[in-house]
Amino acid sequence: MLDLQGYGPRLIEGAGVTLSLALLSLLLAIVLGLLTASAKMSRSWLLHKFATLYTTVIRGVPDLVLMMLLFFGGQMALNVATDALYDRFGVDWYVNLNAFAAGVITIGFIFGAYMGETFRGAFLAVDEGQIEAGRAYGMSDWLVFRRIRFPLMMRHALPGLSNNWMVLLKTTALVSVIGLSDMVRVAAEASRATHEPFVFLIPVALIYLAIASVSELIFARLQKRYNVGFGGH
Amino acid sequence: MELTTWFTDLLDGNLIFTPQTLGYYWDGLVTTSQLVFLSLLAGLVLAVPLAIGRSSRHRWISLPIYVYTYVFRGTPLLIQLYIIYYGVVFVDGIQESIFWPLLREAFYPALIAFTLNTAAYTTEIFRGAIKATSRGEIEAARAYGMSQSLMMRRIILPSAFRRALPAYGNEVIFMLHASAIASVVTLMDLTGAARFVYARFYAPFEAFLFVAAIYLCLTFAILYFFRFLEKRLLAHLKPA
Amino acid sequence: MKKLLTVSILGAALVAGSAQARDYDHVRFGVDVPYEPMEYRTPDGELTGFDIDLGNALCEEIGITCEWIVQEWDGIIPGLMSRNYDAIMSSMTINDERRQTVLFSDPYFTPPSAWFAPADSELDDATEESLDGKTIGVQRGTLQDNFATDMFGDVASVSRYSTADDMVLDMQAGRLDIVFLDYPVGKSTLLDSESRDYKVVGEMITEPKEYFGDGFGIAFRQRDEALAERFNEALATLQDDGTYDEIYQRYFADDE
Repeated sequence: MLDLQGYGPRLIEGAGVTLSLALLSLLLAIVLGLLTASAKMSRSWLLHKFATLYTTVIRGVPDLVLMMLLFFGGQMALNVATDALYDRFGVDWYVNLNAFAAGVITIGFIFGAYMGETFRGAFLAVDEGQIEAGRAYGMSDWLVFRRIRFPLMMRHALPGLSNNWMVLLKTTALVSVIGLSDMVRVAAEASRATHEPFVFLIPVALIYLAIASVSELIFARLQKRYNVGFGGH
Repeated sequence: MELTTWFTDLLDGNLIFTPQTLGYYWDGLVTTSQLVFLSLLAGLVLAVPLAIGRSSRHRWISLPIYVYTYVFRGTPLLIQLYIIYYGVVFVDGIQESIFWPLLREAFYPALIAFTLNTAAYTTEIFRGAIKATSRGEIEAARAYGMSQSLMMRRIILPSAFRRALPAYGNEVIFMLHASAIASVVTLMDLTGAARFVYARFYAPFEAFLFVAAIYLCLTFAILYFFRFLEKRLLAHLKPA
Repeated sequence: MKKLLTVSILGAALVAGSAQARDYDHVRFGVDVPYEPMEYRTPDGELTGFDIDLGNALCEEIGITCEWIVQEWDGIIPGLMSRNYDAIMSSMTINDERRQTVLFSDPYFTPPSAWFAPADSELDDATEESLDGKTIGVQRGTLQDNFATDMFGDVASVSRYSTADDMVLDMQAGRLDIVFLDYPVGKSTLLDSESRDYKVVGEMITEPKEYFGDGFGIAFRQRDEALAERFNEALATLQDDGTYDEIYQRYFADDE
């Protein structure tokens, strides 16, 4: 039987950290992605440039480097600002981001760029004729978005979304390097302390595989749902 | 323009970007390039037969390859690296074997992990490309009386390689970025150099922005190289 | 005054983080674990060690509560700067380089550094000649890292680790020829370990001061002078009333 030498509870806790970190970052990334896609398609020159800069830089630099930059540098920048506030105005407050929040923000920020590209492509793939048809029926803009544009967009976005999610899930492992106690970190710590790397790392790898397989099933079902009426694409 | 003046200001009279630290960044660039290039090369060599096997009709060939690619694509590279780096030590007798002088260095375990990882992704990319070979090409080859292996060599693989090019370009960039975790097992790659500078001077912005700029340049170089290749090799697929 | 109040309330309301007054009644210490016997975890996860016990005793003496926040060494000073905690009590040696960034308390402990190698190693001193071509293990960003990098970086390869136990594991695995550590830590994690025999190579090292500084101190942000002063007073008291000696005996009883 698998002997986790007392590290079992912490490993399970770590798995919880990994999963909640991944889900919350996904949420943030989707919001940022939708904003970025809108900015890229907007007529405003400034917004367009800004969004392009964001997606280009984020996708050109390794996640780990971005994570260290945002995690260590972001905190320091915040502190410079709050210190200035103290020195100038005697106001004493500071933002205390814990490692988990910083992890969510960092991963969300990174994957917002990837989501932005996915959503942009998906929005562009929506047949304008359908939108016009909706308008012709007298639907309001919001109703057009909710009933027509969004479901059609999702059909095109889902493969990219699913792909981004799989990459994001694996990226969460990197937070262990910057100090968050996710399951990879607990496993690495345990294998160093007990000198039994396989006992801890292989179960963690299996948990990742399990999450990935379940997600695949969920995305397959979603895809089926959004493909309704498109003849089995 | 502003960037260059900012940069010269940064180099003038600062404590961080000394010849010593710039030397670390340079060594880091060399290590990163070697690691990425060698793992991609080895991964490519492994991926071609694996992709052919993965496309095979015999399940006893295709299934084990599928399991391999599924496992390596479904788990974080960091875990694969940990397992190989810490794991090799515990293989019985390894420390007395002729491989130990290599495996003792952090470079080779990292190279093995990266190679296995990129081979898994590349296998799937090639498999997709092989599968997408048009029936017409295959039938034409059959009509010429080509054997299965000749057809693979002359028809299917060359056209699959071309189709795989854009996806493979992404994989190269992905590997460059993934290689940043080599610093976790003490390798002084680009990210390792940045972490050293960060820890020594407590300067996250200088240390990581500088290295981010280097990665950005490398990414663009790879991107443009593959665009150039695509233009050359995929010209016949473009509408005239 | 009124304006100040409004702004601070606004500030506090704007941000979901906690606001804290400058006169501390609760101090958060940043600490890098494990670094046995200075700071480490018992198997059930409890933090313990010389620093932890002394830190808690100091807080008690001052009459404040304290909390320990685990942070890896290479980010420990930036973490203080970013106010993830209010002080660092983690075997940090006082030296001029760090003084530029942080404010130190009076030294509370002065251990030497030492080189450690497997007992059967042919190394019996650490010089440029003997270390030629060897692999040296250090913890990233420590004064041992700085010293080894500057002195031997050209002839030997220096492997840098995030935590001390990564390094010990690679030492046991045979990936390192020699490691450079604070002596008490090397003693506890290597000399006293059962898995393999180790020895100290050469002399204990305390010079040059430029690298090895003036002993361990508690680090604060530059502006927290008042807080540092309170800790200095408390430290003097504990050293006089025997509490310090009692904690010392707990962890270093069998030394020399």
